[in-house]
Amino acid sequence: MTGDTVLDVRDLHTHFFLRRGVVKVVDGVSFSLRRGEVLGLVGESGCGKSVTALSLLRLLPQPAARTVQGKVLLDGEDLLTKSDREMRQIRGSKIAMILQDPQTSLNPVFTIGDQLRESIAKLHPGQDDTVMRRVIEALRKVKLAAPEQRIDQYPHQMSGGMKQRVVGAIAISREPRVLIADEPTTALDVTIQLQYLKLLQELQQNSDMAILFITHDFGIVAKMCDRVSVMYAGRIVESGPVRQVFDNPRHPYTQALIASVPKMRRQAGRLPTIEGQPPAFSDLPRGCRFAPRCPLADDRCRTTYPRSYAVGSEHTADCWKVGAAVL
Amino acid sequence: MRRYILRRFLQGLVLLVLVATIVFFLGRLTGNPADLMLPEDALEEDRVALIETLGLDGPLHKQFGIFLANALRGDLGDSIRHREPAVDVFFSRLPNTLKIVPGTMALALILAIPLGILSALYRGRMIDRVSGAIGVLGIATPNFWLGILLIYVFSVQLGWLPSARMGGPQHYILPTITLGTFLVAGFMRLIRSSMLEVLDSEFVKLARIKGLSETIVVWKHCLRNALIPVLSLWGVLMGGLVTGAIVTETVFAWPGIGRLTYEAVIFRDYPLLQAVIIMDAVLIVIINLVVDILYAYVDPRIRLAE
Ligand SMILES: Nc1ncnc2c1ncn2[C@@H]1O[C@H](COP(=O)(O)OP(=O)(O)O)[C@@H](O)[C@H]1O
Ligand code: SF4
Ligand SMILES: [Mg+2]
Repeated sequence: MTGDTVLDVRDLHTHFFLRRGVVKVVDGVSFSLRRGEVLGLVGESGCGKSVTALSLLRLLPQPAARTVQGKVLLDGEDLLTKSDREMRQIRGSKIAMILQDPQTSLNPVFTIGDQLRESIAKLHPGQDDTVMRRVIEALRKVKLAAPEQRIDQYPHQMSGGMKQRVVGAIAISREPRVLIADEPTTALDVTIQLQYLKLLQELQQNSDMAILFITHDFGIVAKMCDRVSVMYAGRIVESGPVRQVFDNPRHPYTQALIASVPKMRRQAGRLPTIEGQPPAFSDLPRGCRFAPRCPLADDRCRTTYPRSYAVGSEHTADCWKVGAAVL
Repeated sequence: MRRYILRRFLQGLVLLVLVATIVFFLGRLTGNPADLMLPEDALEEDRVALIETLGLDGPLHKQFGIFLANALRGDLGDSIRHREPAVDVFFSRLPNTLKIVPGTMALALILAIPLGILSALYRGRMIDRVSGAIGVLGIATPNFWLGILLIYVFSVQLGWLPSARMGGPQHYILPTITLGTFLVAGFMRLIRSSMLEVLDSEFVKLARIKGLSETIVVWKHCLRNALIPVLSLWGVLMGGLVTGAIVTETVFAWPGIGRLTYEAVIFRDYPLLQAVIIMDAVLIVIINLVVDILYAYVDPRIRLAE
């Protein structure tokens, strides 16, 4: 890793301890983020992206889920060994997050000014004037029109796109080192989506904040990210620089994901989707987890999980067939 | 907001008219009220005379009209037993009820809110199981039985507390517990379940992502939202409070409006019963209006709705 690494996640394992058994939702995930970089985490719904994100913040559903192994190094310090108190100081200030659905992520009974103020007040305790100025500033940064009037409004008085801007303002208000954006545009109207992505890009370019951008849409990855990690059933199956992965995807799952991206946004009709369903976490295949859906699967695939092969500079893929081609 | 309150107010009025109508026609279904008022050996002439003075000989709708007009003037007839206006009897007893009900409600909230929150926060743990068991018992135990049990233990066996009637502070303890148990249990379970829902919400997740302390997350972000469904179920608990007051006051010979209701039934004091029911309805409508305003205060989506 270069000295620029802000966040280094190593061999993360997060399990759900459910009545019907232990479910390994995040099963050995590693990735790293450099200063000012946007890393995409892409995969079908249910593959464990959000659970990965919440593991980093240590905000997993309690008491069901627990991170049982791994390291989350933020500026070299392992978040998994921090006390609850230390963790609270890190959340919001060093690592922030935008949730998927703006309709539910703001508290309906408090004004948006109040909800933003809560976060900023931690930077300037007891300085109400400064805090107020910073609240307005943060709203201006996310291009919310007439912020002075907006601060007294409640979430239900705003559109989804505006609310997501407020959530964005909260996230960047304390200039975090790392921003996790968990499908930030999935719940927005298509026209608003592009504006929001552009806004995130601008915010990122004006700072040295690193972004972990979570999405199920490879099209957005191509637009937004520098590097990408492809997740399938709790594991990263391919990662590398976006251009390389996009132009030359090596893992059959990545290939299928990319094939399902429409060439043009306006394109009508159904998109090609990947055949079959991802496996249930309670009943994972013994070997490669993609084998039941993979056109290239053979006996070895079905019995042994593939090792990771380097297929380019910083480009890896976990697939036996890739290995055969490389070696 | 103003329109919301006005609408609630009008709904309350409609409800009162409905209650009055039902009370009136139910009363007529049970026969001519004059028969209740007369001694059993009364002469037929006296009966006819009374029917005429009371206006009970006209057509039913006319009688109803008179009844409503009188009711609007605050005249709900005279109590047969007390020989004075039923409304006056009601108001002479109301203060005694008001001496136990608000205290009971305050106690219920003081106990139920923290217990409900704690059970939600420590779901499945000891405190949740204990308060859950108490809650189920509290809801399932009939008031009269609890009252009698308390009297038996604390008055008869231990001799610590008085068993009946009003008096010094120690007189308030058993009635308050009897009346309050149901409320504490009901509120506690409601708060627990709505807290659980709120704790699971995305905005609580975001509050934690901001790095807020658990105290602020729970008492600021959760509680206010958790109270919204509780307030909207308030009406159900009010019904329980009224029947609870009747039973509790009867068991403890507490001279309030609950006991008055019971007496009106036992002594077949028909005009008094009518008046008590209607006045109870008035009280409930007023309390519910207050709760509706509180509700709007807590939830801006209602306060700011057009
Ligand atoms: N609260 C929960 N209880 C039990 N299982 C859960 C819970 N949250 C997530 N999971 C499991 O974790 C898997 C991954 O969820 P998630 O990380 O939310 O997926 P996504 O990639 O769509 O963000 C789900 O398929 C589910 O099996
Ligand atoms: S390891 Fe085998 S089953 Fe898995 S993706 Fe590669 S070819 Fe397909
Ligand atoms: Mg998700």
